[in-house]
Amino acid sequence: MTIPIPDLQGRTLWRFHGGIHIPDEKALANHRPIETVPLPERLWVPLQQHIGAPARPKVLVGERVFKGQMIAEPQGFVSAPIHAPTSGRILGIEPHPVPHPSGFQAPCIVIEPDGAETWAERPPPLLDYPQIDPALIRERIRWAGVVGLGGATFPTSVKLSPGPDRAIHTLIINGAECEPYITCDDRLMRERAGRILEGVRIIHYLLQPKTVLIGIEDNKPEAIAAMRQALAATDLVDYTEIVSIPTLYPSGGEKQLIKILTGREVPTSNIPAQIGIVCQNIGTAAAVADAVLDGRPLISRVVTVSGRAIACPSNLEVLIGTPIDHLIAHCGGYRQPPAKLICGGPMMGFQIHDPTTPVAKGTNCLLALTSAESPDPGPPLPCIRCGRCATVCPANLLPQQLYWYARAKDLDRVQDYHLFDCIECGCCAYVCPSHLPLVQYYRYAKTEIWAREQERRKAEQARARYLAKQARLERQARERQARLQQHQEALAYSDPARPEDRAALIDAARQRAAARRSQLPKD
Amino acid sequence: MFAAILTIAALAAFFGALLGYSALRFRVEGNPIADQIESLLPQTQCGQCGYPGCRPYAEALAKGDAEINRCLPGGEALVLTLADLLGREPVRMEIRKKLPVVAYIDPQGCIGCTRCIQACPVDAIIGATKQLHAVLATECTGCELCVAPCPVDCIQMRPIPEDIQGWRWPYPAPTSL
Repeated sequence: MTIPIPDLQGRTLWRFHGGIHIPDEKALANHRPIETVPLPERLWVPLQQHIGAPARPKVLVGERVFKGQMIAEPQGFVSAPIHAPTSGRILGIEPHPVPHPSGFQAPCIVIEPDGAETWAERPPPLLDYPQIDPALIRERIRWAGVVGLGGATFPTSVKLSPGPDRAIHTLIINGAECEPYITCDDRLMRERAGRILEGVRIIHYLLQPKTVLIGIEDNKPEAIAAMRQALAATDLVDYTEIVSIPTLYPSGGEKQLIKILTGREVPTSNIPAQIGIVCQNIGTAAAVADAVLDGRPLISRVVTVSGRAIACPSNLEVLIGTPIDHLIAHCGGYRQPPAKLICGGPMMGFQIHDPTTPVAKGTNCLLALTSAESPDPGPPLPCIRCGRCATVCPANLLPQQLYWYARAKDLDRVQDYHLFDCIECGCCAYVCPSHLPLVQYYRYAKTEIWAREQERRKAEQARARYLAKQARLERQARERQARLQQHQEALAYSDPARPEDRAALIDAARQRAAARRSQLPKD
Repeated sequence: MFAAILTIAALAAFFGALLGYSALRFRVEGNPIADQIESLLPQTQCGQCGYPGCRPYAEALAKGDAEINRCLPGGEALVLTLADLLGREPVRMEIRKKLPVVAYIDPQGCIGCTRCIQACPVDAIIGATKQLHAVLATECTGCELCVAPCPVDCIQMRPIPEDIQGWRWPYPAPTSL
C-alpha cells in the first residue's frame, strides 16, 4: 500500500505492505534498568560473530590478555576483529556451542578472567573527529570490531563506506525494536540517548546525508521522550528528526523502516545504499561513539533476558562470550522449567539447546518461554489457499507459491518468486490457519540453493584441474616422444649407414691396433 | 509429364545442394548436448560410472549408449535432472548417494611411492618420490581413485565434518497431505 498516513507530528509516513499486530510483551522487562553482570568463571568468545570471514586468532594458549586487547584479527574486507572482553588468561581455542540455529560447535577463544579488569592500552580518543580524515575514523570503527547490533551483524565500517559513486541523502537510525519481548534498545534509548546521538553525529560526518531520521515505534513513549530531550540539547537538531512510527510488526526490518519513513522501496536483491539510504541500529550508533570517542572496542552489549519462565526478566550489559546460563542465574533462575530457550525474539529467533552457549555480538535477547507462551501449533494441515499469508507479507511476496515450490524442491521456480527477498519475519506462518512451518521451508530452500551453488563452483574447479592434468600429461608424453626421436636421430647421424663405410672403418681400426701392437716391446 | 519430372528433379538437386552446403557451412564443432550434460555432472572424475572421467560419460549419454543412473556422486538428483534434459525415464539408483568424504594419507604409513599422485585425476595430492605425500583437502573430490593403488594401504576416506558454513536447514517434516 502506498497511501501515506498523516502523522500527528506533521511528517508524512507510509505503510509497508502487510504486517501484523501481535502482543508486544515488552512490559515484562522494559521497566528494568540496564544492569551489569558479574564476571563469569569462563568466557567463550566465538571467532565468527559477524557476516563475512571468521576472525583469525592472534593469541596463544596460556597467554595473558588485557581487557580490550585484540585477540583475533579480521580476514578480508568483510570481516571484523574480536577483542578480549576482560583481562585474564587464554585457556584454549576450541570448539564450543555457539548461538546458531544449527546448534553446532564452532571455534571459540576460552578466557579465564582474573577479576582485575585491567585495560590494554587503548587508542587515543578522536574527540576532534570533524577535523580528521573520514578514512581514519572508518579504520577506527573497523579496529573496534563494530558490527550491526540489530541482529544482522554486518561489519559497520563496510556499511559506512558506500563508495564515491553512491551519494547518501538519508541516514535512518533504527530504534523500532518491533519484535515482542525485546527491550534492550528501548532501555538504551532511555538511559544513553546522549551516547546514541554522539554516534549518530559521527555517522553523519562520515556519510554526509541531508537528513537523519530516527524511527521509534510508538509503544516506547519514554524512549521517544528521552531521545527528543537529548536531541534538543545538541546541534544535530537542524537535520535530525525523531519520528514516532505506528507499532506494527515488522516495522524494524530495514526495508520496511525505509518504506515507512521515506516511502521509497529498495529494489529487489539490492542494498539501501543503491537508493541513497543507509540504515543503522541505535545500539550500533552507541558502539560507534564508544569506539571513536573513547577508543573502546565492542566487548559488551545489552541483552534482554525475558519470558515468563524467567524469575526476574532484566536488561543486562553483558560481556561478549558470557554463557547464557550465567545470565539466567543472574536473573534469579527459572520460575518454572522453560518449554523453549530462544536466542533472539519469538518471531525470528532460534532455539538453543546448550545452556553454556555464549552471548555473541548479535545476541540481543534470550527468551525462556513457558509452554503457554509458545504453544505447540499442532500438526501441519494441508494448505487451503486462503491467501492470508500473502496479505500479511511485508516484502509483498506470494508465500503460498514459495511454499509450493520449496515443498516440491523446485529450486529454480522458487527463485522466480523472489525467495531471496523474504526477510523470514514469520508473519505468514503466524497467520497460517493450517500451521504450516512456512519460514522453515523458505530457509530450507535458501540454504539448499546456496549449497547447490557451492557444489557447482566446486565441480567447475575440479573440472579445470582435471583438464589441466590431462593437458600436462599430454604435453609430457609429447616431450618424451620428441626427446626419444631426437636421441634416435643423433644415433643415426653418428652411425654411418653404408656397409662399405663400415668395413673401411673396421679396417682402419684394425690397422691402428696392429701398429700399436708392433710398437710394443717384444718379449 | 516430362516437365513435372524435370521440375521435381531440379528441386531435389537444388535442395540437396543447399543441405550439403549448410552441413559444411554451419557445422557445429563438438557435441552441444554432451557439453550440456557435462556441465551437470559433478566432475569428480572418479570413473565409477565405468567411463574414464566425466566427459566420456557425458559423450556416451549424448549418444544414448549409457544409462542415466551410472553417476554415483551425482546421486538421485542428477538422475532426475538428466531424465528431464534427455527426455528419458528416470531410473532408480542402485546405491544411495554417499556422504561427502575426503582422502587422508597416514603420515606414518606413507612410503613416498607417488602412485596415488598419478592416480589422482585432479592433482589434489602433493609430494615427490620418497617424500611424504599429502592431500589438498579443498581440492579433493572424494573419488577414492587413490585408495586402490596405495601399496601400503595408508589412504583412508574420511567423512567431511559438517560445519556451520556448510549447514543447511532441514526439510520440514512432511505434512499430512
